[in-house]
Amino acid sequence: MVVDVTRLTAYDCRELLTSGQVSAVELTQAYLDRIAAVDDQVKAYLRVDAQGALAAAAAVDAKPLAERAPWEGVPIALKDILCTKGMETTCASRILKGYLPPYDATAVAKLREAGLIFLGKLNMDEFAMGSSTENSAFQVTRNPWDLERVPGGSSGGSAACVAAAEAPWALGTDTGGSIRQPASLCGVVGLKPTYGAVSRYGLIAFASSLDQIGPLTRNVRDAAALLDLIAGRDPRDSTSLGLPEPVGVPHREDLKGLRFGIIKELAGEVCEPGVRGVFAQAVRTMEALGAICEEVSLPSVERGLAAYYIIAPSEASSNLARFDGVRYGHRAAHSPDLYEMYVRTRSEGFGPEVKRRIMIGTYALSAGYYDAYYAQAQRTRTLIIREFAEAFGRFDFLISPTSPTVAFKVGERTADPLAMYRSDLCTIPVNLAALPGISLPAGFSAGLPVGLQIVGPHFSERTLLDAAYAVEQALRVEVVAPLQGAPGGPAKPVAPGGPGTPVGPAGREGAA
Amino acid sequence: MTVFADGWEAVIGLEIHVQLSTKTKMFCGCAVTFGEPPNTHVCPVCLGHPGVLPVINEKAVEYATLIALALNCRIPPRTVFHRKNYFYPDLPKAYQISQYDQPLGVDGHLEVELDDGSRFRVGITRVHMEEDAGKLIHAGGATGRIDGADYSLVDFNRGGTPLVEIVTEPDLRTPEQARVFLTQLRSLIQQLGVSDVNMEEGSLRCDANVSVRRPGAPFGTKTELKNMNSFRYLQRGLEAEIERQIALLQVGEVVVQETVHFDPASGTVSVLRSKEEAHDYRYFPEPDLPPIELDEAYVERLRASLPELPAARKKRLLEQYGLPAKDATTLAFNKLLGDYFEALAQATGDARTAANWVLGELSGYLNAAGLEVTQCPVSVERLAELIGLVQKGTISGKMAKEVFAEMAVTGKAAASIVQERGLTQISDAGELEAIVARVVAANPGPAEEFRQGREKVLAFFVGQVMKETRGQANPQVVNELLRQHLGSQGG
Amino acid sequence: MISRQEVEYVARLARLHFEEEELTRLQQELGKIIEYVHQLSELDLSGLEPTSHAVPLKNVLRPDEPVPGLSQAEAIANGPAVEEGQFVVPRIG
Repeated sequence: MVVDVTRLTAYDCRELLTSGQVSAVELTQAYLDRIAAVDDQVKAYLRVDAQGALAAAAAVDAKPLAERAPWEGVPIALKDILCTKGMETTCASRILKGYLPPYDATAVAKLREAGLIFLGKLNMDEFAMGSSTENSAFQVTRNPWDLERVPGGSSGGSAACVAAAEAPWALGTDTGGSIRQPASLCGVVGLKPTYGAVSRYGLIAFASSLDQIGPLTRNVRDAAALLDLIAGRDPRDSTSLGLPEPVGVPHREDLKGLRFGIIKELAGEVCEPGVRGVFAQAVRTMEALGAICEEVSLPSVERGLAAYYIIAPSEASSNLARFDGVRYGHRAAHSPDLYEMYVRTRSEGFGPEVKRRIMIGTYALSAGYYDAYYAQAQRTRTLIIREFAEAFGRFDFLISPTSPTVAFKVGERTADPLAMYRSDLCTIPVNLAALPGISLPAGFSAGLPVGLQIVGPHFSERTLLDAAYAVEQALRVEVVAPLQGAPGGPAKPVAPGGPGTPVGPAGREGAA
Repeated sequence: MTVFADGWEAVIGLEIHVQLSTKTKMFCGCAVTFGEPPNTHVCPVCLGHPGVLPVINEKAVEYATLIALALNCRIPPRTVFHRKNYFYPDLPKAYQISQYDQPLGVDGHLEVELDDGSRFRVGITRVHMEEDAGKLIHAGGATGRIDGADYSLVDFNRGGTPLVEIVTEPDLRTPEQARVFLTQLRSLIQQLGVSDVNMEEGSLRCDANVSVRRPGAPFGTKTELKNMNSFRYLQRGLEAEIERQIALLQVGEVVVQETVHFDPASGTVSVLRSKEEAHDYRYFPEPDLPPIELDEAYVERLRASLPELPAARKKRLLEQYGLPAKDATTLAFNKLLGDYFEALAQATGDARTAANWVLGELSGYLNAAGLEVTQCPVSVERLAELIGLVQKGTISGKMAKEVFAEMAVTGKAAASIVQERGLTQISDAGELEAIVARVVAANPGPAEEFRQGREKVLAFFVGQVMKETRGQANPQVVNELLRQHLGSQGG
Repeated sequence: MISRQEVEYVARLARLHFEEEELTRLQQELGKIIEYVHQLSELDLSGLEPTSHAVPLKNVLRPDEPVPGLSQAEAIANGPAVEEGQFVVPRIG
């Protein structure tokens, strides 16, 4: 049977396997073929583990169907920030080139235990610092909808991979929007769970109080399933709580009785017109489903950006200090003494954005500045948490565009760090408040995907995804970029129809 | 004596690190060990690998709280870990998880007693928890020290071991006070059973902050004195540093705030010249660890479980056994010795004798053999048996000391030794009569001197009788018989 | 604004080296970013506690029971320089 991976969700893959229509090896091979056909252009993968994946798939095939776990044999790809035992893990940084973790991240171990097939590791902004994946030390991933443009970041590889059907789903991480923003720019679903829902053990830390692992998928049902696979309290992570209940299979058909607050500061002039247009259309669709949508003001969100750009670099400057050349990773050659070794190793190994953030963070924490910057930023955070809590007193969920713009061109924002930082305006406050947030494809502007962000109260994943499912079904946006790639042939994107028009998919989402 | 040459006064505060005797490390499940091959008790967490996270050891919290309570600290309702950031090869994360402005215990004190019975109180500023660093060996140089080494080797077995840091107020005024304080602190912690507190092995470490001033003047500039790894070195190091500071000030120079290093071999202190500017540790709350809030019930339960601490024990020993103050102090401040004493006192029914034995022969033997009380080859029961033999008059007190020495070496019971060597004291006057008579008759000169009033000559006669009886004659009986014979002949 | 000395000081603290032109550029970039985040200092947030932990957890502890770790070989496997089971670092002094 010829497997057309561009038509398969994760649930479709599961169905094909459990019904015996396709073997795990055939399925894995189909994805490997797709990667071979299009990844030259997309460059989502840092490392493809064909041998390991096929061996794992063969092991699954050796098991009788009745003995297999539900998701056994379904492939997945992982952002290269997640430790995979014995498999190189670099965070897209030279300083970790060649690093072989001696352990699996907890989320990875859970997937391995569940029998998923790891296709490889995905590109990202170095140490998750960036909004375009241009900060990778190794390659720039391209947006499958327009190869001249960025996929967003820092989980750009994960988003592009799913949008190009190079895996049915992927794991990414989100500290200030790094799952949601690339999901939005690449037109896929991206979920950042409540802080603490998923263990951070094995997630190479950027900002400890903000980082979370989450799914990037073709649809909301797949996101729910992947979240249930990785969530849970972990005794190795003192900040993990798990979910109060499994999310299960979202099935909501309408939005009757639900109140959505439109975050005024994120849905107005800060966003470009095309994005606002798609967003407005999405709100009308939601209202047609019975939702009550009203504006709500969260005045602190702008300050959230400032607070984030103190808190995250401060924590990062400390988290990245362990990269000193002593026990693993890159070490500068021929250093005359320890001090030189430290300085050369880190200066050679880190890219410019990482160094910039380490400098900001070190400065903000240094003697005399702690109270003015770090402590003040954490107080701002308290304010933001309060504002969200008040808003959730009136609304079930809050919505905004996920990103103020569509995907920008490669190289367009690299000269001005502050401009790049503003890409995360809509997503950052959600991390500061530790809330769950999902981005759904809402439509297209100038042929490029636009995402809708829905934010819920803490640990509301089940109801959040249920509502998101209803919205998704009504919006019916094509998810997989029409990259043409037959093995050996060039990949060429085909632009969908005019500005602001959701493209009706040739095949319905969810159908095998 | 708290005033030094020319009327200078020293001001000393101590910073003590205690390694806890938990089974596992502070933030991971690796075993706490000593002397094992390098990097054999490590895991990704204590190696500081990317992606790892710390998890707090509940026993370490319990032990640290016991220390804080024993030092009369207040336990605030919430305590938080902080990151202390700096680069050094024995620090795998390039930060130490420690505590900063919300430590486990604050505002405590310890009453300390000197040998002369005088007491003084040392304030305890804070007690907090942190993790230990790994071990560095400096290689390639001649001395094994850091200067002159070509390179260094790092072993992380020790990294992550739970530490409790105790900081005192600058209440100490002499090196002797500091030494006595540390000794008594050590025995307090030993009694809690939470640490080996062995300075030679590194489970007890002490640095000092030292300054000098004219009495009544504001505090002078303090230096930090490091590398004193025995009680004796602590005292000597402090003496040397105080002298150094006084010498500087006397010629009109200033004391610079810096770290000084004590060299036990030469007995001098030297300034550590380092390339590093003053550390900027950039403390911030550890985001990977939620705060600890110990509720009152937990704290009270621990407080109730505290063993009898030295000061209280001393009071009880004085009251219960009527011991002299000096003896009571020694036994109260050495838990195991005190335990031995009390068991022996109960077994023999004679506290004074028990104390004399424990503080005399027993301690003498242990010190000479370099043994701890726990390693004593003579059990309480055996020693009680020996004392019983003396009480019954079976052997003399003097003989008992010899028997004790043999018991320690051979492990035999007193009765066996006495029997085997035929040491049973001869107390029968009839038996001794003949010998006494013979000795008196053989020494008419001294006998006459005695009758003239020279009491001291009696000892000569006793000695002679002892010689004849190979020390087995009962001295009291011999004394009586001699007096009778010496006296009777005079008429 | 951030002074050149401050940039150099921070670089030393962070164990990073920058060439002259980089330092100049960094000084400007950091200056702009710091100016941007400085807006927070204008807020009167004195009534608020800083949030260091977003989740309302406390007393997360583990039992004092040993858990198997890495073998020596695994421990030093990623080491750039090792000798006799230990990590080698250049002269510290």
